[in-house]
Amino acid sequence: MALSKKTLIHMYETMNKIRLFEQKLQEFFAAGEIPGFVHLYLGEEAVATGACSVLTDADTITSTHRGHGHLLAKGGDLKLMMAEIFGRSTGYCKGKGGSMHIADFDLGILGANGIVGGGGPLAVGAALATKYKKAKDVTVCFFGDGASNQGTTQEALNAASAWKLPLVFVNENNGYGISCPQCKSMAVVDIADRAAAYDMPGVVVDGNDVLAVYEAVTEAVKRARKGEGPSLIECKTYRWRGHFEGDACTYRCVEELEEWMAKDPIPRFEAKLLESKTLTQAEVDKIKASIAKDVDEAVAFAKESPMPSTSALMDDVYA
Amino acid sequence: MSEKTYLQALNEALKLEMERDENVFILGEDVGQFGGCFGVTQGLFDQFGESRVMDTPITESTIVGAAAGAAAAGLRPVAELMFVDFIGVAMDQLFNQAAKMRFMFGGKATVPMTLRMPQGAGIGAAAQHSQSLESWFMNIPGLKVVIPSTPYDAKGLLISAIRDENPVVFLEHKLLYGVSGEVPDESYTIEIGKGEVKREGTDVTIVATSQMVYAALEAAERLKADGIDAEVVDPRCLQPLDKDIILDSVKKTHALVVAHEAVQFAGPGAEIAAMVAEEALDYLDAPVRRVGAPFCPVPFSPPLEQFYIPNADNIVEAVKSLR
Repeated sequence: MALSKKTLIHMYETMNKIRLFEQKLQEFFAAGEIPGFVHLYLGEEAVATGACSVLTDADTITSTHRGHGHLLAKGGDLKLMMAEIFGRSTGYCKGKGGSMHIADFDLGILGANGIVGGGGPLAVGAALATKYKKAKDVTVCFFGDGASNQGTTQEALNAASAWKLPLVFVNENNGYGISCPQCKSMAVVDIADRAAAYDMPGVVVDGNDVLAVYEAVTEAVKRARKGEGPSLIECKTYRWRGHFEGDACTYRCVEELEEWMAKDPIPRFEAKLLESKTLTQAEVDKIKASIAKDVDEAVAFAKESPMPSTSALMDDVYA
Repeated sequence: MSEKTYLQALNEALKLEMERDENVFILGEDVGQFGGCFGVTQGLFDQFGESRVMDTPITESTIVGAAAGAAAAGLRPVAELMFVDFIGVAMDQLFNQAAKMRFMFGGKATVPMTLRMPQGAGIGAAAQHSQSLESWFMNIPGLKVVIPSTPYDAKGLLISAIRDENPVVFLEHKLLYGVSGEVPDESYTIEIGKGEVKREGTDVTIVATSQMVYAALEAAERLKADGIDAEVVDPRCLQPLDKDIILDSVKKTHALVVAHEAVQFAGPGAEIAAMVAEEALDYLDAPVRRVGAPFCPVPFSPPLEQFYIPNADNIVEAVKSLR
């Protein structure tokens, strides 16, 4: 697939943005400056980036509790996200949602979700609304390997297919549902096989290859826009960190982690871009430096922002 | 104005709102050609077609979640669960998703969905098809809870629920579907959160909801023979609760009995009794009495079921115990 230089660079920037944003979160969480818990997306950047690069602002996504990557890839604002995760009043949700509950309806981000499997039915509703309004938009439902075992996900796959909804299910198979490896939680090796049960295309892609994800999602989105119904794309990837920050990860071996870290999606894509002369080393360095600066500014914005006033507590319980 | 059943009133509300606003659509199990489990959606499929009266698979989570997702995306879904008892299957989509979206997204989401669910005992449907679960929903910030007793209220409140910008849980009582009353043909709304005095009286306030309004009215007639003039107040909605109408009545009558079909323990009566104790204790001449179902699942066998459902006898007894 011939992609424009602009798209390729945008993808490269997005992956780096997610990486640097989350490394910063890792640092501040360890320093005790972030309340609650955070679930990092490190190592999985190619999935969100590849998938969201296919979408317009009018297309919608439902996200997961590991949602920073999806949100940033869909265009989420670094500062508003950072401020929200720091619990500040300037954050996306005025400090009421936190890491797991960020939404930006203007960008089609229908929200991260604290409940594993919670997003499937909501994505069905969003896609149903598109079909109802006879629009051409598409909804992408991100869900993990853990969520793929939830009844809600299976219901959503079934309903989306029965109703031929413009919905693309993007499964991020990072190998673990909290501490439980895939081999202990399901008998199938490929979650994409489950697509057959719903009579929709099921594709397995290398989730650490942003271009492979982009290609697969492009096909699925085309099909969805034509009114031919949903698809299921399984992206094989790996979660570098524990389920949450602070998770000691006693349930997996270091060799496995090292093996996957060697497949880091960012240097892999970078090498391709350098090799094809899409970017020079100097441009790569410049992009990284510029994102690092943006992330630092986001942190500064978050830290300088006020905590929410308790007088705002009861706002937005009802419309 | 003409005589209509509660069921016809609901059907008319749906029809009028669907004619008025093309974003209103219905989804649920058997709501299409079949016309709904109890017949509330009859005729709508023929008038509006399958894109607006959607039969779903038997998947309560998806019915509720899809309604929430579609509402967040700009439509006004009216979802139906065949029985309120099935909400357990879909509870996450209601209380963690629909009810919380607006707050946890800092006001970004608006979720104008209505979830209609028949509840209540009395048709021999046993423990998994007969419950009254309103106290579950009252306890969840973000939801509104409407529980109409008359055909007039049912129509006006359903229209208001559909137009409301929030997720509204609309609880119908199966035994009320056949109850008749005067209902205007045209569209009208009743403010959600405004109760109504169904019978004026001076000696005791009986706050009653849903089917218990009729038991309370019957009790009031019987109490009249004993020289007790009871006022029957129907809050019509439990969230928001019309505190004023209850407090004003208690301040007038100085006595309170609360009657509902939900299990008495931690039922809506507990909240109402506590609210009155906090805000109008000095006006009470006697302790508040509650009439609710016993703390057991709804039984099947008719004599057991009839014994289980609170009735006018229980209310009369509760009122007399105040003396």
